[in-house]
Amino acid sequence: MSPDIGEAVAEAFRQEWGRVVAALIGMTGDWDLAEECAQDAFAQAMKTWPRDGVPRRPGAWLTTVARNRALDRIRRGATETARLREAATLSVPSDPGLDADDSGITDDRLRLIFTCCHPALSLEARVALTLRTLAGLTTAEIARAFMVSEETMAKRLVRAKHKIRDAKIPYRVPPAHLLPDRTAGVLGVLYLLFNEGYSASVGADLVRQGLCAEAIRLARALSQLMPDEPEAQGLLALMFFHDARRATRTDGAGDLVRLEDQDRSRWDRGEIEEGTSVLDAALRRGRPGAYQVQAAIAACHATAADVADTDWAEIAALYGELVRLVPSPVVELNRAVAVAMADGLEAGLALVRALEESGTLSDYHLLPATRADLLLRLGRRDEAAAGFAEALDLAATDAERRFLTRRLAEATAPD
Amino acid sequence: MKYMMLVCADEATEVSPEEAEQIGRAADAWVEEMTRRGIRLTGQRLRPVSDATTVSVRGDEVMVADGPFAETKEQIAGYDIIECADLDEAIEVAAKHPVATFGKIEVRPFWVE
Repeated sequence: MSPDIGEAVAEAFRQEWGRVVAALIGMTGDWDLAEECAQDAFAQAMKTWPRDGVPRRPGAWLTTVARNRALDRIRRGATETARLREAATLSVPSDPGLDADDSGITDDRLRLIFTCCHPALSLEARVALTLRTLAGLTTAEIARAFMVSEETMAKRLVRAKHKIRDAKIPYRVPPAHLLPDRTAGVLGVLYLLFNEGYSASVGADLVRQGLCAEAIRLARALSQLMPDEPEAQGLLALMFFHDARRATRTDGAGDLVRLEDQDRSRWDRGEIEEGTSVLDAALRRGRPGAYQVQAAIAACHATAADVADTDWAEIAALYGELVRLVPSPVVELNRAVAVAMADGLEAGLALVRALEESGTLSDYHLLPATRADLLLRLGRRDEAAAGFAEALDLAATDAERRFLTRRLAEATAPD
Repeated sequence: MKYMMLVCADEATEVSPEEAEQIGRAADAWVEEMTRRGIRLTGQRLRPVSDATTVSVRGDEVMVADGPFAETKEQIAGYDIIECADLDEAIEVAAKHPVATFGKIEVRPFWVE
């Protein structure tokens, strides 16, 4: 097989796996059968594409082959549920050799996304199912990405599929009155997936690092499937901005590098541009939401030449908007930092103090660390040192402790 | 698809007579609506766990104990059998039950061979 064909099959797999599986589940109602037939279709492509060339519409070709395979198995009586017998009476699909057009095949991916992310499934199961059925990762890969045994992951997937069948979780896009809630749930799963990849250290398993790319692919598909949902675009844009900075957020030792210390020349310009255009399109709809606002904040950072060039007043205003949309003390803390940069350190410090008095984040190490950072900038070194020491007591990971130890040393170093 | 709704609440919660009456009226309205929609097939409120008896047989011995099979923070206060198109409809029906606002409702599909 020529490398071109191999790459074409790999590309088709990345782009079309979810669509083929979704169509087959829609047709048969059998998740395992759908996956097996999709696998068969890709195996068939490996055999025939080198000989016949890549079809004009690979997705339609693969879906047709998978569908024929399913019909075949149903007719041979390999599967016996009523749903499948019903499916077997469907008309015989067109010959895949004719390079079938997309038109006869509905895109069921949106139904699949909503079913995979149904709130009646555990969050772990939602994530695993999404990666298996929509992104096409193997059970072994998903197990490695989430650092559990393959056996544990296989059980998790089987259990989720059984619940879908036995509790009758519907395979559909939710009706209008459920749609806002369920869409938020889907976006939450995709963002979690992205963050799992984002938090992976440099030495982490490649599959785990690859979760960012999978999350972006899925978010892109979702925003295409739900063009009227600006939050889907907002999430996609947010992922682009974060991903653009991914390579610079840790150093060689795996320690976190602060935004202000990151090498901005290494940020991915292509991703920043793509994020900007996706975000602009979303904002033009005039229906802001938490993901769009977070993306707008990330855009301010991503497009600034350095810390001084950053539009902190805009960022402070956006955090104010975010607090209104999703009230949270962590967002308040971020707003305090932006206010310190925009309106002066004392103004930011006052907001941090107010948060401390409210007592809501009393065991969050970034609260005293932020206070200490502002105090250090104000030249109040003793108070800053006390704050970093407090933060050190609360820090949970080694990387955080190393970072805070460095900051404490800065505060106590002689001038 | 048939589901069983296990209606659970903390029996220790103090409820004033007015509140009890209000919950009762809301429950009656729920039963009326779900029966009319052909969703609720049957159901029953249960006596508290202080009236429960747990029975088990090990070997030839029938063991009888006072109280529920498990000590839990919330107890089964009643049940309803509902017939729904799918889990989404069952969730909607359970969410409308007045006990859902202060207790919990477990929705379990029937075992179908």
